Amino acid sequence: MTDAVKISNRNFSVFYGAIQALRGITLDVLAHQILGIIGPAGSGKTALLRSMNRLNDLNPNCRVEGQILLDGEDIYQPEFDAVRLRKRVGMVFALPVPLPLSLFDNIVYGPRLSGIRARARLNELVERSLQAAFLWDEVKDRLQTSALRLSGGQQQRLCLARVLAMEPEVILLDEPCSGLDPISTSRIEEALMALKSKYTIVLVTNNTKQAARVADTTAFLLQGELVEVGPTDRIFTAPKDQRTNDYVSGRFG
Amino acid sequence: MRIPPRNTQALAVTLLAGATGLTLAVLVFVIVFILGKGLPVISLGFLFDNPQEMGKAGGIFPTLVGTLILPLVAILIALPAGVGTAVYLSEYTGDNLATRIIRFGTDCLAGIPSIIFGLFGFIFFVTTLKMGWCILSGALTLAIMVLPTIIRTAEEAIRAVPAGYREVSCSLGATRWETVLKVVLPNALPGIVTGIMLSIGRCIGETAAVIFTAGASLRLPHSVFDSTRTMAVHFYILAREGISNENAYGTAAVLILSVLLVNSLSYWMMNRFIARRTK
Amino acid sequence: MHQTGDRIVRWTLMALAFTALTSLLLIAIFIFKEGVPFIARVGFRDFLLSSDWRPQAGHFGIYPMIVASLLVTLGAMLVGAPLGIACAVFLNEFVSKPVTRVIKPTIELLAGIPSVVYGFIGVVVVAPLIRSQFGGPGLSMLCASLILGVMVLPTIISISTDVLASVPNAYREGALALGATRWQSVHLVILKAARSGIVAAVILGMGRAIGETMAVIMVAGNTVQVPRSALDSVCTLTAKIAMEMGSATGPHRQALFAIGVVLFLMIMMFNALAMTAIKKRFAGK
Repeated sequence: MTDAVKISNRNFSVFYGAIQALRGITLDVLAHQILGIIGPAGSGKTALLRSMNRLNDLNPNCRVEGQILLDGEDIYQPEFDAVRLRKRVGMVFALPVPLPLSLFDNIVYGPRLSGIRARARLNELVERSLQAAFLWDEVKDRLQTSALRLSGGQQQRLCLARVLAMEPEVILLDEPCSGLDPISTSRIEEALMALKSKYTIVLVTNNTKQAARVADTTAFLLQGELVEVGPTDRIFTAPKDQRTNDYVSGRFG
Repeated sequence: MRIPPRNTQALAVTLLAGATGLTLAVLVFVIVFILGKGLPVISLGFLFDNPQEMGKAGGIFPTLVGTLILPLVAILIALPAGVGTAVYLSEYTGDNLATRIIRFGTDCLAGIPSIIFGLFGFIFFVTTLKMGWCILSGALTLAIMVLPTIIRTAEEAIRAVPAGYREVSCSLGATRWETVLKVVLPNALPGIVTGIMLSIGRCIGETAAVIFTAGASLRLPHSVFDSTRTMAVHFYILAREGISNENAYGTAAVLILSVLLVNSLSYWMMNRFIARRTK
Repeated sequence: MHQTGDRIVRWTLMALAFTALTSLLLIAIFIFKEGVPFIARVGFRDFLLSSDWRPQAGHFGIYPMIVASLLVTLGAMLVGAPLGIACAVFLNEFVSKPVTRVIKPTIELLAGIPSVVYGFIGVVVVAPLIRSQFGGPGLSMLCASLILGVMVLPTIISISTDVLASVPNAYREGALALGATRWQSVHLVILKAARSGIVAAVILGMGRAIGETMAVIMVAGNTVQVPRSALDSVCTLTAKIAMEMGSATGPHRQALFAIGVVLFLMIMMFNALAMTAIKKRFAGK
């Protein structure tokens, strides 16, 4: 069964000033799958991720070439609304950044911007998102307390819930478990596995074992180039490229 | 004979401590002296009666009103311009020629003495624009005077808001302006309020810029187009014309108390701001 | 659709951002518009170098007032700079943090006291003291310098403290590790490192002092003469403007604006000097 292509990167390059972070990447993200992107530091993984929701626009030094198609539309064409794009493509960052608001207000921040004000609808949204992020049971009694009081793992799940409340189509995660303990990590991985049936997920991780656990497809990036991409099993057991082999077997990292 | 370094240090520290002590002593003296001679003069009557015989007798009520309204209107004018400038400089542009010119202009404005503001206010608002001596002329002049302070404190407060907040807001589908309105400004508010309080304090004590623009009418102002006298101006006139030393002390006491109040409020707010940030 | 809304916001903010610059230009234009033609008409030499100020007779020499402003400012710095720098050094280098956190805001309160109050204290306390101890009218250049010296203290202290705080701790630790006492590390190392910043603080203080009006009117005596001693009564540029603005008309009024032009230029010069001093500080690093 072939799934539809949700996001298609076509010969896509990213420049930060004079430095080229991505070199002509051509990579498809299939719908309702988890794409894991692995590679050492500086390989361009984050650059690629931040291009998919045009968060790179916030950086005045950043320049892109090539195309990224979301459902067939090039998101970098001038008339494309980047703000609307980000409502469809959500992002969870490496370090959890709860806004200095209550848990409730954190989660409904995005929906409120979209004009949703009815209290009942917001309540429902909050409960659903927190359930999907596997956080509801822990915090359901203190939704009005400050989000800053949560532990690291809880904050990251809150950030995931915040994205889910937008009801996006795609979820981008940039090394979401890098600061977390193993238990919090496994809760997030659990959540992602449960979410992929509804969403398309792109997970950047520098933990190869995480990719092996969670991703359906894995792409290996090295110094801005896409070295290899394929089903996770194959990448980890029988990679075609020697460099991929070296990386996943830990010979460098 | 070489003096051992420990002794030179002792001498130096004593001198330095003496200097600090002297500075503090002067401050304390000024406040104690004025309050000492002025507090006995203050009564409810003093505060709320109208002046009689050009201030020789009676109270200072109209000047109290003037001192309240003038800074208020000035801030109402300066706040949008100042915060808008700060938002523009920190959120909407990078470092280019235009921003450098704006900053240069702001710094220059900050260095201009109040008498020049008074001159300008007089020739521009009072005379050329034919507004006459009134609260509006004074407020516009004071607004320009405190604009650099508002811009500076607002920009500092805005830059102190963590970059992560902006990223998160944008990634949740907010426009730049929505991010500013809903995330940046609310978190920068305490710093901005401190700037406001500092500006109000400056306006309260200002004389040269006020006397040539708002005038010195002792009548109770009924609109921003009326002339008014602030306490600082009233105090100056009482003291200089020798009208009433007693009432001068009283006015000065109220003046100092107001300034102390505003300054203490702003320090308290600033400390709360810092405390909340580090919680 | 977001784009147009965002564009409107951007243009509005940009317009607001130019308010300060526009105001500055307006101030410069209007003051110069009134003052410069006057100077051109009267002549540079007659205006700046003549000591003859008799507006009714058409004589507008401001030399005594230029001298007065400069000397009063100099005197203020002689009082304020050593005191202020000493204070800054003491608070920053020899006093513990919690104590400083109480003392600094208290000193900044000094900045909040209105200038007219300082002037008044000068009149009722300082001037009689001068008169009894040294003779003369009391209301004099000395009195003005003393009062102004106190008034510029907060500026000097706060900028100097910032400068000292920005000297890297490595300098302090390095000096102490070489066996220097605290004081030696301060005057041999730290003050040298902070020198240009402190110079900038003093220059900025001078800019403030020369622009001060109300206090000076009350205590300087306001006699238009070139002073021969510190006990002489003088009239500064600012005092002259403030005192005669209310009643001046025609050429007299323009003369006052011309004085404003001179003042404006002098202060711009001080600020420019301070900026160069600050730049030197960062260039040397």
